[in-house]
Amino acid sequence: MPGRSSMRENQHRGSEIVERFLDSTLESVDSAEELALGVAERAGFDEDDLMKIGMAVRESMVNAVVHGNRYSAHKKVRFSVTHHDTRFTVRIADEGEGFDFANLPDPLSAENLMRTSGRGIFLIRSFMDEFQMRHLELGGTEVTLVKYTVSK
Amino acid sequence: MSVKLNTRQVGDVTVVDVAGRITLGEGSSALRDTLRELVGKGQKKILLNLGDVTYIDSSGIGELVSGFTTVTNSGGQLKLLGLNKRVKDLLQITKLYTVFDVHEEEASAIRSF
Repeated sequence: MPGRSSMRENQHRGSEIVERFLDSTLESVDSAEELALGVAERAGFDEDDLMKIGMAVRESMVNAVVHGNRYSAHKKVRFSVTHHDTRFTVRIADEGEGFDFANLPDPLSAENLMRTSGRGIFLIRSFMDEFQMRHLELGGTEVTLVKYTVSK
Repeated sequence: MSVKLNTRQVGDVTVVDVAGRITLGEGSSALRDTLRELVGKGQKKILLNLGDVTYIDSSGIGELVSGFTTVTNSGGQLKLLGLNKRVKDLLQITKLYTVFDVHEEEASAIRSF
């Protein structure tokens, strides 16, 4: 797996946690997807949900690598995936300058429909049960993606 | 290679067979370059065969939209063929399914131009 990895993995009584510090590269997007899907598959998600989780993780990682860290070799993406009981959680944090995520354009509006970008966060929200974004005190943005193994 | 593109001619329609993953990076840029090249050569009827596309992300969708706009602005037509459930669902969620002329069978897609 590319990039320096400071890793922690833990499995205990059906719970699992995986943490990594990933380089700001497109290869890290693949790595994160692979890690997340591994945990998700063991958590018991079906193929349809695995596809959704994979896509949401990829979109979030692309945002962190491309827009947050801008491919900087000096910036890392903090990535973690946790499964506990029915809750599957992915957290992705970049070291970028942050952005105004409270005022994102609607990609479904008539004026934005034919734009070539701007659909990533919309897709993440569509595929996950919960999605939150927050500015980090020391800089950067962290997103939290949650999906439940049983319907809530 | 994340994506494979093969271009063939069926009458005056250019069919681009796309296989693999259309994602940010190599995949989406390869599709973009191919469509621009075809438009540059004056191709007006382009059918994207997505039957063997296993994965597409928002960047890939962006390239489909960009390609559609580029071809349309040059006076041509870009149509889609063979969407699997995943790609179809994505286009429907993003309200783009009705923007494209989508076909399930090549012969009828060719005739529709």
